Amino acid sequence: MKIFRMLGRDIRDAFHSVVRNFSLSLASITCIIITLFIVSISIMLSAIVNNFANNVKKDMTILAFLDVDVEEERIKEIKTEIEKLGNIASISFDSKEKIAKQIIEESPTFKDILSGYTDEDNPLQNTYLVKVKNVEKIGETAKKIEGILNVESVQYGAGMVEQLLDVFETIRVVSLFVVGALIIVTIFLISNTIKITIFSRRKEIEIMRLVGASNINIKIPFLFEGVFLGLFGSILPVLATIYGYTYLYNRLGGFISIKTIELIKPSPFIYYVALLLIGIAIIVGSLGSYKAVKKHLKI
Amino acid sequence: MELIEINNVTKRFKTGTIALNDVSLKIAKGEFVFIIGHTGCGKSTLVKIIYREEKPTSGEVFVGGVNVAKIRNRKVYKIRRKMGVVFQDFKLLEKLTVYENVAFALEIFGLKSNEIHTKVLKALELVGLKGKAKNYPDQLSGGEKQRVAIARAIVNGPKLLICDEPTGNLDEETSMEIMDVLKDVNALGTTIIMVTHDTIIVEKMKKRVIELEEGKIKKDYAKGKYKRENI
Repeated sequence: MKIFRMLGRDIRDAFHSVVRNFSLSLASITCIIITLFIVSISIMLSAIVNNFANNVKKDMTILAFLDVDVEEERIKEIKTEIEKLGNIASISFDSKEKIAKQIIEESPTFKDILSGYTDEDNPLQNTYLVKVKNVEKIGETAKKIEGILNVESVQYGAGMVEQLLDVFETIRVVSLFVVGALIIVTIFLISNTIKITIFSRRKEIEIMRLVGASNINIKIPFLFEGVFLGLFGSILPVLATIYGYTYLYNRLGGFISIKTIELIKPSPFIYYVALLLIGIAIIVGSLGSYKAVKKHLKI
Repeated sequence: MELIEINNVTKRFKTGTIALNDVSLKIAKGEFVFIIGHTGCGKSTLVKIIYREEKPTSGEVFVGGVNVAKIRNRKVYKIRRKMGVVFQDFKLLEKLTVYENVAFALEIFGLKSNEIHTKVLKALELVGLKGKAKNYPDQLSGGEKQRVAIARAIVNGPKLLICDEPTGNLDEETSMEIMDVLKDVNALGTTIIMVTHDTIIVEKMKKRVIELEEGKIKKDYAKGKYKRENI
């Protein structure tokens, strides 16, 4: 009971202190707001890039073109052989008749050309569409498929795919690094701001010590104060994240630049980002004030 | 019984200044003791060593049987809770009311609000400020501010009250009012050690007086024996 009473008072005092020292609190809060804005944007950008990368990876397909004259029996055997290679997520089969139909539907010009052939002597190739589990090894798997008898050639966007994967990886690493660096910088920034707050209140700390406050008694209100500063500082960035992203999503219709990059659906994505921002704000605020108050205590 | 026993205490600062030089001293429970002397004679250092703001370079300082010279910094709060300290500059928090300033010293103990209320009002009554509980320090006179500081120092019922130049900022009449308050506090059984250079007050009060000179005890006057030198 006693402990709850003390904690309750600490929380109340911390809240009062934020209000009473408003001009200095405002400095810390502004600092948190700016950082959280940047962190929010970085997190969302990297999430969108990640999402895009994952979508592209999911769509990556190896096309295995079979010899024109391959037998029905052999086609089935090839499927089992591909399945045995490992790293195979799914296989689907497009027969040359189906491909011909698709082409005819899509283009009148090809319709004329292809109308000269029957199903039997159609010059198109039966094709297996293979999706792999691990996209990083797509080249390796494609090569193995190419080695199978009666597979005439494979296509998976060689070169282009590897380059794209490299770019994604770079973007992911860079954005992680930026977010990490920003968080560390903010902790220092806030620590310094709170240090100024505390410096202006060293009389309070001195009196607390005089009347018999233990170090914990002194630290805890400042710690809560850091948490409050963090929470106040996170309000605007969180609102901006939730409403701003939803607005952008609706405005752009869910895509950036002609449907190449798909945006992540706002719910629950923005709420996760918001929670993360609040978490970062609380940690950064309390860590900053802890660092700052430690300096002012004789321990 | 002795409340304070100081044995062969020397305090040498890092700058080389010797503030106290082999001082030994006993103060009994319930006593009212003045510590006087010229600026720089070590009187403030002596009380700072008692409330453990400073550590002596050598020697023992027993307060209520505990050698405070050996207490670690982070344990100092334990002895601070058993004593009150009053300063020349009052050390009040300007943003808190009179009531809150006094309650401040109790809240850290986790007392219930109604207990705090009773104790704070009792302390304010003792110093004659019950009617100003809701005022802020800047609405008070110097004497009233010092009364708030005394109320804060005694609200916890300490055995020892240390006053470092409590009347230094006040005129003579107000100073005597403060002395009346301290007399009342002393009458309730609290031991009082008061550092001052105001010898008029000291003479009027007729209490034990310890005179320091260059870090040593020059003279220890028994109750009522101190007379001002006629200059």
